[in-house]
Formats: sequence, structure tokens, C-alpha cells
Amino acid sequence: MTEVSARHTRLEGPPTRRERAAGQQHREARVPLHRLVHVEFRKIVDTRAGLWMCIVVAAVTALVIALVLFTGEPSTLEYATFVQIIGLPLMMLLPILGIMAATAEWSQRTGLVTFTLEPRRGRVVVAKLLAGVLLGLVLIAAALVVAALANLAAIVTGGSGGWAVPWGMMLGLIVGLSIFVLQGFGFGFTLLNTPAAIVAALVLPTAWSIAASMFERIDRVAVWLDLNRVLDPLLAGRMSGDDWLHLGTGVGFWVGIPLAIGIWRVMTREVK
Amino acid sequence: MITLENLTKRYGRFTAVDNVTFTVRPGSVVGFLGPNGAGKSTALRMVTGLTPPTSGRATVLGRPYRDLPNPGARVGVMLDAAAQHPGRTGREVLRLTGIQLGVPWRRVDEVLDIVGLTDDESTRRVRNYSLGMRQRLGLASALMGEPEVLILDEPANGLDPQGIHWMRGLLRGFADQGGTVLLSSHLLHEVQVIADDLVIIGNGRIVAEGSKADLLARGGVTVRSLDDPALAMAAERAGLAVTRTADGLVVDVEVETVGRLALEAGIVLTHLTGGDTQGLEEIYLALTAGTDREGAAA
Repeated sequence: MTEVSARHTRLEGPPTRRERAAGQQHREARVPLHRLVHVEFRKIVDTRAGLWMCIVVAAVTALVIALVLFTGEPSTLEYATFVQIIGLPLMMLLPILGIMAATAEWSQRTGLVTFTLEPRRGRVVVAKLLAGVLLGLVLIAAALVVAALANLAAIVTGGSGGWAVPWGMMLGLIVGLSIFVLQGFGFGFTLLNTPAAIVAALVLPTAWSIAASMFERIDRVAVWLDLNRVLDPLLAGRMSGDDWLHLGTGVGFWVGIPLAIGIWRVMTREVK
Repeated sequence: MITLENLTKRYGRFTAVDNVTFTVRPGSVVGFLGPNGAGKSTALRMVTGLTPPTSGRATVLGRPYRDLPNPGARVGVMLDAAAQHPGRTGREVLRLTGIQLGVPWRRVDEVLDIVGLTDDESTRRVRNYSLGMRQRLGLASALMGEPEVLILDEPANGLDPQGIHWMRGLLRGFADQGGTVLLSSHLLHEVQVIADDLVIIGNGRIVAEGSKADLLARGGVTVRSLDDPALAMAAERAGLAVTRTADGLVVDVEVETVGRLALEAGIVLTHLTGGDTQGLEEIYLALTAGTDREGAAA
């Protein structure tokens, strides 16, 4: 040990004046946002929990697609069918990914490092949101590839094999699923506790949907405030008229408000 | 350079840090010493911008920490060695810091070498690290950006005696090249090995500060003889303050005076030291008595 440290005494010390002059620029410049996004993206996937989460998302999506491939009436199978179906597992799983990304700093106390390396917490929050949405997009892209493979298989087994997907549906799917990632961040930042946030994010909107199906009075409000219901036309790519208003209120309630509360908490909370 | 000016933190009616003022100059290693719960960590969190102070201010390199554009490139911080994600490898922890600071990959191997973690250890997950290894990893992470200032909370915690001496060498070398080091500890013997200057804190307040030599000199003389009671009486007759401890007597004068006293009284001395650790230990315990948990219970 002593030998090692003796050999490297030079490396331990602060830089010499010349080195400092050369390095001054990077020492006095803010860390660019793309590097923060890179770090936050890596943090989501470089732990066992994070990696497994991504594997689970991919596996479940593939499983659902396979299920449709093997049980669906061959003549109805086309690319749009498979694309439509990937929304189901992803809208359940992507919020969890967002939650895990949002809460890790607090449950593992790594915030002590993160927020001393970048004390402007707002930039860390923005980087996390961008990294989470980026990862969501990667997973959606992977699911679309699997869906394409399934469609090829369907052609072989006598499916109709059409490749046409309405652009509104594709765009709606991508935007809708990104909203689910952000919902995860909203609940994660608000509760700053992984299990509590996962339970809240999955149970509350669903409980709301169930209540709406049982009581008519709730049902009338649910048109505006049921997250699953307001996102349904978007994911299906058939938005029209009032749908946009409903989307705005529903997303505002389940994503906007939690995000606002959560970001305020992260910005002001004492890091211990 | 690190400065704390009248730094205060209150939680409701509880004052965790009470009007703390001191400066750490380049080239020095300052030990922030105090029992558990004395306010050391809270003070260091205020210095690094994680906890807003109730009043007062702290600056690092002449600016509030939050105003440093890229703090990691100038200030190395380790606030809790245990606060690492258990599922990451040590090497991955350093890579993350490296990406953020924009330093080349080889810096990871350099800092691993500096802190004495092997290649094999660096690829293990932090979950399997001992506390000593986590300390080394935390220090490696703090050194990634080749900083000018180091702020370390309990860095020697969990290190074996060789490890503590190794850390002394490392931090001394860092300070000798113009670096500034502020570290905390609740163990006197640790901080005494590592630091040159001490700031002792109890109940959120500074109770003593100064160079180690100064504080040691305040510790008086420790003496043992074949007849301690007679020696104590002789000293008291000469008007000296005597404290009886388990290890003998502590007299608040120079070594020579005690030697003469024993000679005149015809008592055989078996031990006589001035300015040693035991004296400082006494000061530490006395100054922080009633401020730590044991003291409060007694």
C-alpha cells in the first residue's frame, strides 16, 4: 500500500500551475447538459435492479406480442395489431422505470454525491427527465422491432401481413408512453420512496378507473380525470375534438401536479 | 481555502450548528473533531451547499459552493462513504464521476492506484465492499477531478491503523502541494494522526481550536511514580493544579517543574511526558463532556 502511494504522490496533489492554466476552462465551465443526461441515463441501467427492469420490460412486451401472434385469428394479424398491443405492457412498466430513476438518489443516498457534483439541482432534474424519456424511447423502439419480427412470422403462418400503421397511431403511442414515463417521475419525485411510489402510481389511477365503472357520478368526472381513459384515444391514434381537452386535464392531474410537487421537493429538500 | 462565517443551523428549537467560524488555508490539513451528533456533518453539508444555513455563510475557493460552475473539478467531496449504490461496481462509480467531470478514462485507473484498490476489487459491486474499501472508493471519487480542495466526512472511519497512516501520507502530500483539506472525525487518535490543526466542536459550538502542538501543550504533563499520592500532595503544596487519572497524574506545568518537584520530594518517577496524546484526550473529553450522549446520560 505504502509503495503504491509513494509511487503516485504526484498524482495525489493538486495540479501544477501550468496544468491548472490548461484546465482552467473546464474548471470554470458548467458541466454541459448532454454530459449530465449521459450520466443519468447510465445510472438507470448500470445497476442490477435497473438492468433487470429493462430486461423485464423487453421480455414482457415480447411475451404479449407472442401471445397475440399465437392466439390471434391469422387473417387479422398485421403490423398495426402488434404495434397497438405493445402499449399495454409498456404503460404498466414505463412508470416504474421513471420511479426508479427518480427515487434512486434518495433511497440509496447517492444524492450526497450527485448534488455536490452539480449543486444546481434543477439541471439534475432536467437531465433525469430527459434520460428517462430517452430510455423509454429506446424500449419503445425495441418493442416496435419485436412487433415487426412478429408480423414477419405472421406472414409465414398465413397472416394478412399488412405493414401500414397510421402515423397518428405511431405518434400517439410514442407521446402517450412518454407521458407514462413522466408520470413515474412525478410520483417518484413526490414520494422519494421507490415502493410507495410504485404502489401509488399503479394503484391510484386504476382504483379511480374501477370506482368510475361503479359509480356514475365519478364516471362523469373520470372522462376528464381518468389517466387511462384520457390516454386511450391518444395511444390508439384517434384523437378528436374534446379528447384533447380531456387529455390536458387528465395528464395535468396525474402527471403535471405530481411533477410540480416533486420537483419542488427535490429542489428544496435537505440532502442527507 | 474554506471559510465558515458565523455558520448556524437550527431545526425547530434544536441548534445543530451554533455560530461556527473558522478558516482552512491552502497547505493545511484541518481536523474537525467532535463527538457523534456534535454538528460536524451538518456543518460540512452547509459548506457543500446540500443544507441551507439558518444564518451565516460558508465559502469554498472564495465563493459559496453552489456558485462554483463545476465544483467537482475543483473540490473533492466525500460526505458519507456508505452512501453508494450497492449494485454498482467501484469502477462504475468512478466512471460516472468521470463522465460528469469530463476527465479521460485513464483517470479512473490513476485514482484507483492512488487509493490502493486493486483492479479485481474495482470490478466488484459496492455491496461486497468493507467500510474501509468504501472509504477508499469515496476518496478516489473525490480525487477524480484533480481538485484543489478536499472536504471529507469521517474518512478514516473503518480504516485499520495502517490505513489511517496511509491516509495521513496521502493528505499530507496533497496539502504540501498547495491543497486544502478539511476532514472530520469523532475519534481523537484518528484525527491526531492525520491533521495538523484541530477545530473541536461540541453541541454545535467550537470549544477549542488551534494547531495540534498548541492544543497538546495545553494538555499538561502526565506523570507516574512509585508514590503518586505523595507526589500529588507535593504538587498541590507547590500550588499546582493536579488531576488524578487512571494512568497517573496530570499536572498543568512544564515537564521540568514536575521533575524538580519529584527530586525534592525524593519520589522515584516511572513515567514523565509533556504534551502527549493523553493530555489531549483529557482536553477532548473535558471540553465535550455533557455534549455527547454518554456525558448527557451520566
